[in-house]
Amino acid sequence: MRRPPWVPLLYVGPAAVVMAVACLYPVISALQLGFYDWSMGTPWEEARWVGMEAFVASFRDPAVWRSLVTTLMFAAVCVAAEMVLGIALALALEGNLRGMSVFRTLFILPMMIAPIAVGLTWRYLFDAQFGLINALLGLVGHDAVAWLAQENTAFAAIVIADIWQWTPFVFIMMIAGLSNVDTAVLEAARIDGATWWQTTRRVKLPMVMHVIAITLLMRLIDAFRVLEVIYVLTFGGPGDSTEILSLHIYKTAFIGQRLGNAAAISVLLLVVVAALSWAALRLSNPLKEGERA
Amino acid sequence: MRRPAATVALHYAALIVLGLVCVTPIAVMFATSLKLQVQIFSTTLDFLFTPTLQNYRDVLGEGSFARYLSNSLIVGVVSTLITLLLGTMAAYGLARFRFRGRTTLAYTTLLLRTVPLAVLAVPVFMLWSRAGLINSLPGLVLLYVAVNLPFTIWLLYGFILQVPVEMEEAAAIDGCGPLQVFWRVVLPLIKPGLAAAAIFTFRIAWNEFILALVLTDRSTRTLPVAASLYITDIGVDWGKIMALGSLIAIPPLIFTFIAARQIITGLTAGAVKG
Repeated sequence: MRRPPWVPLLYVGPAAVVMAVACLYPVISALQLGFYDWSMGTPWEEARWVGMEAFVASFRDPAVWRSLVTTLMFAAVCVAAEMVLGIALALALEGNLRGMSVFRTLFILPMMIAPIAVGLTWRYLFDAQFGLINALLGLVGHDAVAWLAQENTAFAAIVIADIWQWTPFVFIMMIAGLSNVDTAVLEAARIDGATWWQTTRRVKLPMVMHVIAITLLMRLIDAFRVLEVIYVLTFGGPGDSTEILSLHIYKTAFIGQRLGNAAAISVLLLVVVAALSWAALRLSNPLKEGERA
Repeated sequence: MRRPAATVALHYAALIVLGLVCVTPIAVMFATSLKLQVQIFSTTLDFLFTPTLQNYRDVLGEGSFARYLSNSLIVGVVSTLITLLLGTMAAYGLARFRFRGRTTLAYTTLLLRTVPLAVLAVPVFMLWSRAGLINSLPGLVLLYVAVNLPFTIWLLYGFILQVPVEMEEAAAIDGCGPLQVFWRVVLPLIKPGLAAAAIFTFRIAWNEFILALVLTDRSTRTLPVAASLYITDIGVDWGKIMALGSLIAIPPLIFTFIAARQIITGLTAGAVKG
């Protein structure tokens, strides 16, 4: 069947235009804005071209580096813990248990709730005087901890909240991946006398390696995008101990009112996330040419 | 494979503990929303307290609540409808046609899916200010549609590929026009995908906080932004903020309980065939 060449455009055109106007163009503008000094509230015509100044200033700014280190540590600790926990739990608990779907429903709740509500709830749970966590610690005879008032424990708090919210994601991905493992292969391993550990280590894990890799990349990308939970939970404090890059960008732009600097730092975050996304696409491109599932 | 009863019991025990870990913080939010200030600040563990609706009365009585709620509903529903319409069209175009620029479009779409919202907030604030879209609901809707399109296209593309082209061709030979083919053949088969895409888009538009905070004012504020106003320099108004947080949580909770299957489809799309 021959179609005029403009027919596909009719289908993809509207979505492409919206994404170009409200997503791609802003990202490109962020790059451009990095070359200007523009204060919020003044007309754009008064913006001053400053060349690489904002980029140079950002890369010399110790606060930016501290924030980058915080972000990397946050992403590394959270994602490592979530992957290990999620994979271990999935391996231990997979199988056709009656009522599994009920539990899966409970497990996706933390991901569905508004991030701002998640942040608030954890801020309440971690409260030094009346928080549930200190109350539970008290039951085992531990002194109250001022979780959100000390640098180390505040960092632990944002990590714990993230692990609570996203370990279920790894778990669900793994359960889905494991359920696709061919039962004939497992049966063969059983007949050959393989123990549970041997089957897991040599048969199941290799067969779900692809799912593990893509889950890891998706989690890493999202860990670098986290903002709202931390905004509410600690707002970067105490000091700047939990000020991840996203929050640093937000504060630079909308509290410090230095939009150019914020844009310059955005480029740093964009590069990290774009590199991870590129790796994810190489691994599994859902829009691959001509692929028929 | 049959497992011994003790193993099964152990599995259930572990699942119950994990379920409790997931649910407890949410339950604490609801419980706190039913407490008075004195009870909230009490340092003893009290599971039995007299619930009060005072916080909800305060929140609902604050005059602007109805406006914030309607803003949130309008933004959520309109963004979802537009995203589904444009996303389905684009996914269909990508799945069924080979055309120049297709690969570029596919890759750009997938890369846009991961742009951090903090990175978008700065330029969008500037661009929307210049275009007069700032502090307006259409401005927010436009942004949410753009942010949600990549995932929607990605998800629906997979579903459309599963529809045999032969079925469409048969319908066309029987005299169906392109719209009819789509409406009668493709649409019924991709319904689960549409449900998942709708839930995910609505969830983002309904829950999103940072972009809404930057792009709205007193009259166009959404509920999450309204909730953040209870956090002040002198402290947090726990009762009210938990009440509003609980109200915001209701629609996502309902979706989770009625459409958990579709949500899991959406979560695992792209990585796991299932």
